[in-house]
Amino acid sequence: MKSDKLTKWLLLASSLIIVLISGGMVFSLIGDAIPVFEKFGWRFIISTEWNPTEGREAYGALPFIAGTLSTSMLALMVCLPLAFATALFIGEYFRNSAFSSVLGTLVDLLAGIPSIVYGLWGFYTLRPFVVQLGWDAQGYGIFTAGMVLAIMIIPYATSLSAEIIKMVSNELKEAAYSLGATRLEVVFYVILPAARSGIVASFILAFGRALGETMAVTMLIGNTNIIPKGLFSVGNSMASVIANQFGEADGLKLSALIAIGLLLFIITGIVNAIGKLVIKKLS
Amino acid sequence: MTEATAGRKIGKERISYRMLKNRLFKWGIIVVSGITILPIVLIFGELLLKGYRQINLNFFTEVTPNTLEAMTAMANNEVIPGGIVNGITGTLLIVGMASVIAIPFGILVGLFLFENQGKRYAAGFIRNLSDILQGVPSIVLGLIAYLWVVKNVTSGYSALAGSVALAIMMLPLIVRSTEETMKMIPETLKEAGLALGAPYYKVILRVMIPTGFSGLLTGILLGISRILGETAPLMLTTLGNPMINWDPSGPTSAVPLLVWDFYNDPNMVDLVWSSSLFLMGFVLTLNLISRRIAAKQNNN
Repeated sequence: MKSDKLTKWLLLASSLIIVLISGGMVFSLIGDAIPVFEKFGWRFIISTEWNPTEGREAYGALPFIAGTLSTSMLALMVCLPLAFATALFIGEYFRNSAFSSVLGTLVDLLAGIPSIVYGLWGFYTLRPFVVQLGWDAQGYGIFTAGMVLAIMIIPYATSLSAEIIKMVSNELKEAAYSLGATRLEVVFYVILPAARSGIVASFILAFGRALGETMAVTMLIGNTNIIPKGLFSVGNSMASVIANQFGEADGLKLSALIAIGLLLFIITGIVNAIGKLVIKKLS
Repeated sequence: MTEATAGRKIGKERISYRMLKNRLFKWGIIVVSGITILPIVLIFGELLLKGYRQINLNFFTEVTPNTLEAMTAMANNEVIPGGIVNGITGTLLIVGMASVIAIPFGILVGLFLFENQGKRYAAGFIRNLSDILQGVPSIVLGLIAYLWVVKNVTSGYSALAGSVALAIMMLPLIVRSTEETMKMIPETLKEAGLALGAPYYKVILRVMIPTGFSGLLTGILLGISRILGETAPLMLTTLGNPMINWDPSGPTSAVPLLVWDFYNDPNMVDLVWSSSLFLMGFVLTLNLISRRIAAKQNNN
């Protein structure tokens, strides 16, 4: 029938918009990043100098790459035990009980809090706390930003892990129980090996989230263009430098910021692709 | 760890010790889970405590005060006059336009993926692209909307540019939820429609979309709640505006942008709490409603 064919074509045509957007995105980012790569070449990625003064312009992205990676790594490490315990709570220990649905809803609500609200909380609550403990005089830096990021990515790591843990077959667990295993042993010798790749994937995807976060990190990392030297050192992240310096940017500086956007796009793309591959292997 | 080594390891320990470890681990799980949800309680509590004072009728009917007005009020220890109505209308405009762009396309793409599930290449390719889009950091979408819309279409910061950034962000979410919803509809229902001789588009409009309506609505509401609080892409595209603006091609404010402005202006810091409270309340309400709908649907 004619109308059926038309419908099919309409569906196909509208799907092409996804292709157009993705392709156009890569094309535009590369196109506008070319000037800075032409001028600095590979030095753009490995240089630590960031100087927008006209005439002596020099742009290097290494401090921002280092800042993004270190805050995200810290966030991942802090999030790991928290999200793992919560996923076990929801997916195994209190499975299908009212407790776990309340906890699950609360954790999912964490994902609904806007990034800027996390930033405010980090600025007005966590930062003074760090200062009070005497860990750092100002409270800005990798540590504070990483902590807030950790809270932000907990829901992404938790909800998928909990799903996977729930899916481990009962026969396997019962077999272990019947051999006299305690619940702890069932968790470590049965559930974890069976759910391993799913849990790993969920943490990889959460890490991908952390890489691209902008506002909360911008408000807490200290926005200093240096490679962070320690846990409490200030720094800057790729997303933050774009947000902070975009307003007054044109010419080569704009191109440098877009190139940082391109790098961020590539890094998050690779991390997410690895996560998706691990999930695919699972099913 | 192989079964043999695991067995040997377990066998070496006394049963009372194993049970103690077991119990400790369980309590550890409970305590750590409690710590995990502590932040949401703390954040919400702090916003409520610090923000409620500022929320009154003016807050929803007046535009943002200028720095001088805020400073005088602060000096006299009064509540800062004015409100965030320019942000609220801006958010409505930007998010509304983003939804108008993303929802129809998202549903069409979702239907396409559902219809071509078996075929690997075209659908698989588009599904992967859509997943990649979902992972793109929002600030990069802001850059893209700047390059595409601000520079080439509206030649200046505009609400439309912000909408484009947010629409790209929302699109993959709608695609995914549409496909998942359509998979849940019994094949027989569709076949019954086709068997009656209804053309395919009518089956989609009259059978599939109404049957999956609550699923689609859940996806849409979650998508909207996801983009409502976005600040970073709007900083690069809509800029902000102290006045109410309904013109898609002009600079526009939004609630998250106002939060950022207040945060940066020491005289208006008090307004940060009320506007964040409003923003978060709005987002979480949408979130909870969509969860409610989803839960109801699962029970049926």
